[in-house]
Amino acid sequence: MKAAFQNPVLFKELKLRFRSGKSFNGVLFYLIAICIFVFGFIFTTMSMTGVSYFRPDESLMLFVLLAFIQLGLVLFITPGLTAGTISAEREKQTLGILLTTSQSSFQIIIGKLLSSIAFLLLLIIAGLPIYSLVFLFGGISPMQFMKVLLFLFVTMLAIGSVGVLFSTIIRKTIVSMIATYGTMLFLSIITGFLFLVIIQVTTMGHTSVGAPPTSYMGHFFATINPAVLFATIVVPGVTEGITGMTQVKFPIWGGYLLFYLAITIISLFLSVKKLRVNMKRSK
Amino acid sequence: MIEIKGLTKKYGRFYALNNLDLTLQEGTVFGFVGANGAGKSTTFLILATLLQPTTGDVFINGINVRENPKEVRKMIGYMPDFFGVYDQLKTDEYLDFYGASYGIPEVERQKLIPQLLELVNLSDKRYTYVDLLSRGMKQRLCLARSLIHDPSVLILDEPASGLDPRARVEMREILKTLKKMGKTILISSHILPELAEMCDEIGIIDSGRLVAHGSVAEIQAQLKGEKAIYVRFAGSAEQALSFFETEPHAHSIALTDQPNELSFIYKGTEEEQIDLLKRAISQNIPILSFREHVTNLEDVFMEITKGDV
Repeated sequence: MKAAFQNPVLFKELKLRFRSGKSFNGVLFYLIAICIFVFGFIFTTMSMTGVSYFRPDESLMLFVLLAFIQLGLVLFITPGLTAGTISAEREKQTLGILLTTSQSSFQIIIGKLLSSIAFLLLLIIAGLPIYSLVFLFGGISPMQFMKVLLFLFVTMLAIGSVGVLFSTIIRKTIVSMIATYGTMLFLSIITGFLFLVIIQVTTMGHTSVGAPPTSYMGHFFATINPAVLFATIVVPGVTEGITGMTQVKFPIWGGYLLFYLAITIISLFLSVKKLRVNMKRSK
Repeated sequence: MIEIKGLTKKYGRFYALNNLDLTLQEGTVFGFVGANGAGKSTTFLILATLLQPTTGDVFINGINVRENPKEVRKMIGYMPDFFGVYDQLKTDEYLDFYGASYGIPEVERQKLIPQLLELVNLSDKRYTYVDLLSRGMKQRLCLARSLIHDPSVLILDEPASGLDPRARVEMREILKTLKKMGKTILISSHILPELAEMCDEIGIIDSGRLVAHGSVAEIQAQLKGEKAIYVRFAGSAEQALSFFETEPHAHSIALTDQPNELSFIYKGTEEEQIDLLKRAISQNIPILSFREHVTNLEDVFMEITKGDV
């Protein structure tokens, strides 16, 4: 943590990122878009139902939509923000000089990661007051709200770490970007598809009487899929549905947390190891 | 003090560096001369802890670059041949960032930055965005950056490349100041007369091998025993030519493009050279001048590397 607070790379990157008006314009347009969506949803729902109030189940629907919009935002923006952190320095010919300073590789990597996801965090935090509107109408517990934010952060950290890793080991930003988006698409779409395929294969030939066979692999792919996790948090009954299909009792949020924290730690570890050349003799 | 022992860097079968040995005393200004791809930048990259050597060792102030690169980084200031800058930072912020990167406390940094900017003549650009600086100014800023942690060793890879004559002179003056400050400086350059003027020692590298090392005078002495002599004479060229053609120490005799002038390669001792001149005068050759061609560093470089530039 000391490295994060006394981190020249972090402070320099934040200064560069927020010095220009682009970042603030980004926040402004994001908030305008979210406002239009939220108020548009409330207005449309009230118009369609013909009543002058907003019901808790409609509030839940708004919450679900907002949660998935923010998840999509995290999944699609994080690779773009992080996959060029190191490779861009290499392309701009500033990396060599940076690596001859006394900063540790960990300081550089963590500074790059935190400064890159800081913008996304700012977007999410700036959107909180609008997001909190759902509380006015009921249907959502503060715990659900906190869970969504926590898992958004965990997802952002993991995808961001993967982006930094690819940026460290791949010389070209464009290739690193493609690799990071590929990983993100695998985690968010391919895993969902694999989950469905595995469940179909497992239950093939199984009679409708009694519980279906246990599918650890199916449960694993469901667990690491961000969309499935968010569905289990915000949509009642999804957890039970998946557990019923896979017959595995391990909590999906627990598996997700473990898997994404492992990705984060492994990616950061490899990034730190690969940032500088190993000057020692090869054994 | 810098000690390089048996330094080799191989890429597949290609030797970028081949068994390089070099020792430099503290405070030495060492000029590294070599054609493109000769191995200068590879050596500098290894010294700067940015490239792993295949074999060999480098010691900077007694610390092995391979064993303790972290300690070495505190002692060196590195300026690469090509480098970028963070465009959206101002000049003082740029130096402040690198100062912080070396763990220099903020109070100290605020005192250091004006001093460094003064050293590189950029005091009036303190609050200018780096991307608005000229190439020469960026080079000087990068030099100031490499000095921020007061390193004892400076590794400067082509610091004057791409600069106009005025910027080159300014850079050379700064380097002279740094020399007076007692820094050990390793500098590579294609502008050989400049190196000859400011370096204590020169190393000529060719195809990854150090082919000559010593002071400029010592390197020139390596070519001794063979020198070009120019003779200007009055009267007919035939008389002069026929005389020198009979001399055993004179080779490759030819008229130059100057009127009444010939040149030849002399191989022999200084005493024999005096005797040759005496004989020419006694044979009534009307000699107006008899001079050795002063060998400069470029000639030495071309001779040693066989013109392979």
